[in-house]
Amino acid sequence: MAATLSVENLNTTFFTKAGEVKAVDGVSFEVDKGKILGLVGESGSGKTVTGFSILGLVDPPGRIVNGRILFGGEDLVQLSEESMRHIRGKRISTVFQDPMMTLNPVLRIDTQMIEALLAHEKMTGDAARQRARDALGQVGIPSPDERLKAYPHQFSGGMRQRVAIAIALLHRPELIIADEPTTALDVTIQAQILFEVQALCRESNTAMIWITHDLSVVAGLADDICVMYAGRLVETGTVDGVLDNPLHPYTRGLIGSVPSRNTRGRPLNQIPGMTPSMLSLPKGCAFRTRCAVADGACEEQPEITAPIDGRGVRCFHPHMDNPQ
Amino acid sequence: MTEPNAPLVRLQNITKRFVKSLDLTTKLINLVGGNYREEVVQAVDDVSFTIGEGEVVGLVGESGCGKSTIGRMVAGILEPTAGAIQYRGEDLLSLPKAKRRSVSLKSQMIFQDPFASLNPRMRVRDIIGEAPVAHKIVSSDELDDYLDEVMNLCGLEPGFKRRYAHQFSGGQRQRIGIARALAVKPDFLICDEAVAALDVSIQAQILNLFMDLRKELGLTYLLISHDLGVVEHLSDRVVIMYLGRLVEVATAEDLFRDPNHPYTKALLEEVPRIDNRRRNFAPVKGEIPSPIDPPSGCYFHPRCPHATERCKTEAPVLKEIGPGRLSACHLNDATG
Repeated sequence: MAATLSVENLNTTFFTKAGEVKAVDGVSFEVDKGKILGLVGESGSGKTVTGFSILGLVDPPGRIVNGRILFGGEDLVQLSEESMRHIRGKRISTVFQDPMMTLNPVLRIDTQMIEALLAHEKMTGDAARQRARDALGQVGIPSPDERLKAYPHQFSGGMRQRVAIAIALLHRPELIIADEPTTALDVTIQAQILFEVQALCRESNTAMIWITHDLSVVAGLADDICVMYAGRLVETGTVDGVLDNPLHPYTRGLIGSVPSRNTRGRPLNQIPGMTPSMLSLPKGCAFRTRCAVADGACEEQPEITAPIDGRGVRCFHPHMDNPQ
Repeated sequence: MTEPNAPLVRLQNITKRFVKSLDLTTKLINLVGGNYREEVVQAVDDVSFTIGEGEVVGLVGESGCGKSTIGRMVAGILEPTAGAIQYRGEDLLSLPKAKRRSVSLKSQMIFQDPFASLNPRMRVRDIIGEAPVAHKIVSSDELDDYLDEVMNLCGLEPGFKRRYAHQFSGGQRQRIGIARALAVKPDFLICDEAVAALDVSIQAQILNLFMDLRKELGLTYLLISHDLGVVEHLSDRVVIMYLGRLVEVATAEDLFRDPNHPYTKALLEEVPRIDNRRRNFAPVKGEIPSPIDPPSGCYFHPRCPHATERCKTEAPVLKEIGPGRLSACHLNDATG
């Protein structure tokens, strides 16, 4: 069975005055029905631009210069803007980090939800209102009838994010792209949202791409992980595979940087230096200058390879002394 | 730990109310029979705890729990509505102004957002060097050498002195913020979500820097954070707040091994951890109530799985439940 979404060798480049920025450089991955893929990276790693590329939302000076995005047998890169409009919001929907940016502050929730429904489907106003009501109930908003008539500012942050998720769910999409949706929320509220999202994906068999910088959120939620660094995938695999036995020095560094029970009081395993500017990446492996095991070979660009079943790693010196 | 003997900072029954007073229009409307009232937010409600010399105390809570307000009061930016803050046994609020200034200088604050907390029009040398010169810690002739020293201490290249803040990355900016705080030779740092805005790998660098500085300079920290991982990593003791009240105080070891208060338990369970895979999330229900209109009795009772009738009417007091451990929960009475 074909995957819901299959991204092949995606290249998105921004042509800025200061030079070309390869924000997404040869990224390939697949998401299956009912699966959650965690796309992990730090700021500037290209994870958000990857999401935007799939949605066809990359604005000039950015452009998809190469690659295919296969969704339901169609290549989204080749689609016209008009056809893309029929897919975006209906078959692929999205949840952003800041729900205040997604919701129009001067329109009531029902106006916004019904508008989103009628944009893609012919239905009566009453039927649309009913659907909107059900969607709010589905994401755990109490007394949805009254809440439909509220404005976004009358909701708390967590509730607003629920509304944003409800809007994303309206058309029962095949794929949801969630870009840091819980980063701005408190711990207990984040857990509520993760709970709803997990249940919804399981029930409706929706595929999901969860974009985040937080490995611990992905650990609890996702099935597979892709780690990005400076626009490239550096490691892919299942959650257990990547987190228990990270192969790439960057992934190892990231996991070591997370404060946890085992590291109490001891110095954290920090990655030296900082993320390089995308305008002046080191030649070859972009992580070379911060890497402890880099040598002369790393001045060439390593390809992503599969040293272990189902795993991909872009490194000449993957960490291999832990064969489990 | 020297904690009870020699507290560096002691908060005694600190309360902070923010009042939104009526403006002219609403006052006029009230004259003709309107019913507008002043809005009062009890941001911090009768909070007492101590911070020992050389200790790292983590202050944890979710948005609106008053943790930043406490930080600001300890740093002397805000004045408490009631209560006392003692610094090395001296009551900060009753000191004469000049004396108070010199005492307050010993507590410095590091802010969350390294983009907003540095003046974009100032060069790094002025950002870091302004305060020590103004407070006569160094003379302007010696400033250059002093800056080199402070910047090296914080892992900044002294050659960048003439640059502006926008020429630095987030992590380096946070180092500038730390250097600015250290330049006046403080004993006590208040870090208000100081690593929350940083990437994980950079966050680790800053946390390591905090630990190094603690060792080198013998600093005391109040670490305000919503991130339990960070707090667990660095703190000796942890204070948990909910809606302006303390709910639990314990050593980090005790708290993370055996949390007492239902809210602490919920917090600990819901922190995503890297070794928790594809778990089934079972979150606490309900929203964080608004501090304008908090629930009756125990503030946590509407969300608490163990709430009884008593919790709805009577606010639990913070009681000792073990050596150095405090918790505010009625359940502790029932179990003895």
